[in-house]
Amino acid sequence: MMWYFLMSDAFTFGAFLISYGTIRFSQNFWPDPNVVFNAFPGLGHRNLPLAFVSVMTFILIISSVTMVLAVHAGHNGDKKGVMKWLAWTIVGGLAFLGCQAWEWYHLITGEHAVLVDGKIELWGQTMRHNPWGAIAEGISHNGEHVRTPGPVAFGGYFFGITGFHGFHVFSGVVINIIMLIMTQKNVFQNRGHYLMIEKAGLYWHFVDLVWVFVFLCFYLI
Amino acid sequence: MQHPAFEEVSFHHHTDDETFKKKVRKTTILLSVITLIELAIGLSIYTIHKGENPSHLLVLMFKGMVCILTLAKAYYIVSVFMHLGDEIRNMIMTIVVPLLLFTWFIIAFIADGNSYKNLRNTYDPHFKETTMPKEHHTTETPVEKKSGKE
Repeated sequence: MMWYFLMSDAFTFGAFLISYGTIRFSQNFWPDPNVVFNAFPGLGHRNLPLAFVSVMTFILIISSVTMVLAVHAGHNGDKKGVMKWLAWTIVGGLAFLGCQAWEWYHLITGEHAVLVDGKIELWGQTMRHNPWGAIAEGISHNGEHVRTPGPVAFGGYFFGITGFHGFHVFSGVVINIIMLIMTQKNVFQNRGHYLMIEKAGLYWHFVDLVWVFVFLCFYLI
Repeated sequence: MQHPAFEEVSFHHHTDDETFKKKVRKTTILLSVITLIELAIGLSIYTIHKGENPSHLLVLMFKGMVCILTLAKAYYIVSVFMHLGDEIRNMIMTIVVPLLLFTWFIIAFIADGNSYKNLRNTYDPHFKETTMPKEHHTTETPVEKKSGKE
């Protein structure tokens, strides 16, 4: 049953988030998410904490609503309705993936001044290093703060967990596309019910739910 | 009672189409409002950190509120969107009970991490001195980013 698969997946995500929490709270210093995640595509260097991730959250919530409507259309045997709302859900999922891709790209290619062995280097955020350490007092680089290297675990956890979630979004989009094609081919109409859409819906809502918790852990607390 | 479109389906909606659509819209608005409140709190936490003498207790309270709001969102998504609220009680319990145990798991491990930090700070002064962030007297303004490509 889909619910029980989702429980096992929930425990996997939960285990990742809990291990993140344990490491994060065992440290005296941890990067401030409002400093790390303050960019918005197209708006250059403006400092906009939480703005882009809010957009991502709303996209996923709305795609969940369209999924609910698709499932409901399925209960009524409304093939056209199912196709319409499934299509919108797929659009939402792809939009989310695009946003996440931009976020990753921006973090990896960003250049921030880091003080390493007495010299200033320009670092982006990768799995192995990140430029989000404590501010190095007394020096600046082109008028910006210079920091020390940040906690090594930060990159691995961020990319690992958001990547694992993004993979689930991607697989959800693929499943929804398959559902759309099957609906179009009258598979469900001939079968006599749209229960498969309901199961795909459960998976999609689960993906949204996990994002709500990822958003909480990485961006809010 | 609305009859499902196909005979094989034994699940009957107990509400009609209009009521259902209303419920979905109400829940969507609720989720959006909760998200907006969480964002407002997140920005407040940010502003507090930027100011003089950030009150750690206040920040902690805000973080607690945000956690509770997220749990509320989870409740609405699972109960309304995933229709768990419409299932038989025993079925609901097979999901809820493990999740409650899981919540215990979360609290225990975060408390563990926190305790580790406190004990280490007590017994390892070198760790405390080298990693404790200094309280700033100047506000920590975020860096003007220079991205590689835009």
